[in-house]
Amino acid sequence: MSSLPPYASPLQRTWHYTFRFICGLIFFFLIFPILVILPLSFNAQDFFTFTPEMLALKPEGFSFKHYEDFFTNPDWQQALTNSVLIAPTATILATTFGTLAAIGLSQQHVPYRSAIMAILISPMIVPLIISAAGMYFFYSRVGLQGTYWGVVLAHAALGTPFVIITVTATLVGFDRSLVRAAASMGANPVTTFFKVQMPLIVPGVVSGALFAFITSFDEVVVVLFLGSAGQKTLPWQMFTGLREQISPTILAVASLMVAISIVLLSVLEMLRRRSERLRGLTPG
Amino acid sequence: MSDTASQQVLTTQDGKPLKQALASALRREKLRALLLIAPLLIFVLLTFAAPIADMLFRSVENGIVEDTLPKTVDALQAWDPQSGQSPGEAVFAALYDDMVVAVENKTHTRLGSRLNYEKTGISSLFRKTGRRVGKMDAAEPLKAQFIKADDKWDEVETWATLKLFSPRITPAYFLAAGDAQLTPDGIKMKPADEQIYLFLFWRTLFLSVVITLCCLLLGYPIAFLLAALPLRTSNILMILVLLPFWTSLLVRTSAWKVLLQQQGVINDFLVWTGFVSDADRLVMINNQTGTIIAMTHILLPFMILPLYSVMKTISPSYVRAAKSLGANDWIAFWRVYFPQSVPGIGAGAVLVFILAIGYYITPELVGGTSGIFISNRIAYHISSSLNWGLGAALGALLLIAVMILFVVYDKIVGIDNVKLG
Amino acid sequence: MKLKTIVLATTALAMVSGAAVAEDMTIVSWGGAYSASQNNAYHKPYMEKSGINIINDESSAEAVAKLRAMNEAGNITWDLVDVVASDAIRLCDEGLALEIDHDKVLAAAPDGTHASEDFGDLIVSGCFIPQIVYSTTFGYRTDVEEWGGKSPDDICDVFDLETFPGKRSLEKRPINNMEWALLCDGVAKADVYDVLETEEGQAKAFAKLDTIKDNVVWWSAGAETPQLLADKEVVIGSTYNGRLFALIEEQKQPVAMLWDAQVFDLDGWIVPAGLSEERQKRVMDYLHFATDTQRLADQAKYISYGPARKSSAPLVGKHDSLGIDMAPHMPTDPNNAKNTFLYNYEWWADYRDDLDAKFQAWLAQ
Repeated sequence: MSSLPPYASPLQRTWHYTFRFICGLIFFFLIFPILVILPLSFNAQDFFTFTPEMLALKPEGFSFKHYEDFFTNPDWQQALTNSVLIAPTATILATTFGTLAAIGLSQQHVPYRSAIMAILISPMIVPLIISAAGMYFFYSRVGLQGTYWGVVLAHAALGTPFVIITVTATLVGFDRSLVRAAASMGANPVTTFFKVQMPLIVPGVVSGALFAFITSFDEVVVVLFLGSAGQKTLPWQMFTGLREQISPTILAVASLMVAISIVLLSVLEMLRRRSERLRGLTPG
Repeated sequence: MSDTASQQVLTTQDGKPLKQALASALRREKLRALLLIAPLLIFVLLTFAAPIADMLFRSVENGIVEDTLPKTVDALQAWDPQSGQSPGEAVFAALYDDMVVAVENKTHTRLGSRLNYEKTGISSLFRKTGRRVGKMDAAEPLKAQFIKADDKWDEVETWATLKLFSPRITPAYFLAAGDAQLTPDGIKMKPADEQIYLFLFWRTLFLSVVITLCCLLLGYPIAFLLAALPLRTSNILMILVLLPFWTSLLVRTSAWKVLLQQQGVINDFLVWTGFVSDADRLVMINNQTGTIIAMTHILLPFMILPLYSVMKTISPSYVRAAKSLGANDWIAFWRVYFPQSVPGIGAGAVLVFILAIGYYITPELVGGTSGIFISNRIAYHISSSLNWGLGAALGALLLIAVMILFVVYDKIVGIDNVKLG
Repeated sequence: MKLKTIVLATTALAMVSGAAVAEDMTIVSWGGAYSASQNNAYHKPYMEKSGINIINDESSAEAVAKLRAMNEAGNITWDLVDVVASDAIRLCDEGLALEIDHDKVLAAAPDGTHASEDFGDLIVSGCFIPQIVYSTTFGYRTDVEEWGGKSPDDICDVFDLETFPGKRSLEKRPINNMEWALLCDGVAKADVYDVLETEEGQAKAFAKLDTIKDNVVWWSAGAETPQLLADKEVVIGSTYNGRLFALIEEQKQPVAMLWDAQVFDLDGWIVPAGLSEERQKRVMDYLHFATDTQRLADQAKYISYGPARKSSAPLVGKHDSLGIDMAPHMPTDPNNAKNTFLYNYEWWADYRDDLDAKFQAWLAQ
């Protein structure tokens, strides 16, 4: 599918381009709602719709006031700080525990495997609202409610299933004879792990970590219950903003986040290419 | 193997019987696996499973009646609702004692709200009585004084309800979650104009399935394309998948509002191109359509990413081999490639389905009334109506439904038993 | 790095559970423009005066649920909570809010009238310190061509699809909607709750709502109706009068108020039960300051809600930034309050669960 061989029949050719066209449409579906946000974040009005001035591209229809609001409003700044403090810690916890457990689970003989798997996956299955309420009552009792660590632990718990799923998915295809080969050549389990298993499961770990990060960074239900004013995250601020006073500042924040995502993703991509070059693998 | 073993004992190099050595190796391996799993298991049990268990206990817990009115509950044992008469003086004396304490602790109104779920009007009965109880004279006959405070105390129904809900464990919340109720005459369905939960459960499942299928339909080609393209290209396209994924769910939901509403971008475009007239703009939001579109968009990356990571591990040589053996493109895909991508479909579909079934923010914002899920009602009961028992019971049922689906899925596809190659 | 230190320090302090953080006071409110008005009228001057740092928590919508859980856990983290009257009654009934001696805690009016008299009937519960009177009422677009120059001036115009075609937005709960439906079905104002108590009455109300059901967008947050009106998604919609004021006067949208049969409600403070002596004392000091005649009148500079004290009414002046007179925008202004509807808290406490189930079932049909 990657490229059309010169001997392709007209039917194959048509299908090839039709398929590309369909994919293009799906990509458009994915990306268009996000692109729509960008111009709206410059709306001079406080609403989410395109004003006639904006459609006529008149300068008075646009303004930076929502961006100004984001950078000057202490509420938004505090929310940003909190998000940046909570999500990475939760991600590290979730990824570390999750990766270890995934490796454990993919061993050939694990007693009570399905029961353990069910418990470990449960944070993802249980609807958020139930998790949130349960954690709220329970964490209150142990004094974790309304604290930084309460939110971090809850977010980490919610993120671990994603790590387990993505890492085990990569391990399913993992050839165990590689470990045996390493062991037979005298490598100890730790060395084997870092030299043989780790490089192979890295894509899974990274994608799991991304899931865990986004789970925390985008999570609003649990933090609404578990957090107090001191743990107000960006989604929380957006949620109250959306509910109590619909303000395009949310769109400004979203646009900034999209910009940051683009930068982050590009950096990741560059790093990955570099490491592949160093490892002597040429991409495609 | 076993035949050989029974005839002559195989030994390892250091002289141990092979069977024994294998067994101890197996034990070691099991132990190591458990040690790797243990930290997360303990972590999840403490931070997650315990709170949920605690929460679910609320769905049957009903200690409030006995805790608030211990003497009354005790005295009511002797009373038979079938007698057709309200209880005698002894019960009212007990009620008086209990109420005095309850009013002191302000717990009588909580009990009133609790019993009001079962019989409308009890809330104000307790509130009213609470205000009067201080002025009552314990030396005079109490029954008359209570009835004077509110004649509901003379109604058999009031007492029957009280007696019926005095046990510490109650099925009432689960019954309510199934549109039924416990009455003195046994379990009955609620009147038709109050039935809602069974219908909502059904709709939640239905919409989740539709959303999962939409995600699969749209996600599979994308994952396939990404896996087939050279890394350099696919990584750039991957950004198009990851971008929405990294954008807050709240923002994406708002974006769909902007797009789908009647004066929104899509309708404007359709009117401008002449596909629809200005008078009959399409209604695409605040209904099921809105929920399905917005949630498909929001959950699509959760389908694409697992699919992609599995498809990436499918070696192109299998398809090439199939083709070289004479299969056409379709057969090669359907018989060789597709089966290998099934674990990805499984992982993605389960992920999307499970996330979908528990959603409530998006349905709340774009679902109107026909596109809301059972979670919206759970949230409502937890944070607004404060009927936590009913919320917990609905949650427990939802949880059971998800677990059953998960097990069924595991039996059919086997989420972690599939081995590739 | 500095921010991190601050946050970590705050966290550490917050973890010393129960014990109040040095000189911080957590006040819970609704957020948005409303919190902003409180911030300007009360918090800022008080912080300057006392040196106490006020932390805003915007959880009023979940206040009852959260206070109940805090109470179960025995760990009260809030000092003062802004709630609507019905929630205050509920909290007070359940012993989750502290009973207040209004005359002892609150300042008297400038002419010496006791606080309890100055607030009058608005003290609907022993725990409740009224702050503002707001109303749930309708706004409509003034540029609807199909209406042929007519504009709605009667609550029943909401139900009149022939004269006033277009979508409406109503709150996604039975409260208010059921009452309006009955009023427009010929039930006298005084009989509304008696009728609504019967099965037939409820059926009647639903039947009336059925006539517009297909043309209703249901909202659950106060910000939605203004947004829907501005987007032309609806032509008439109910919401809180302050939201409509902002839409009309600040955003300059072509929308006007339909004050007929507006439903008054109250919003005010409660002090959570179970605070330590020291925290209680601090809260009382704040309350004394923030609910005096001048302060309540000051709040009306920022938002169009009527101050709850009788003595504040004459002091209501001009909007802080728009410079327009605020009095005509108050729900309590005689011109606006020609026909008002009183919401029965007690009745809804009994019938809320029941009617809500019916309402949701009706919606889902």
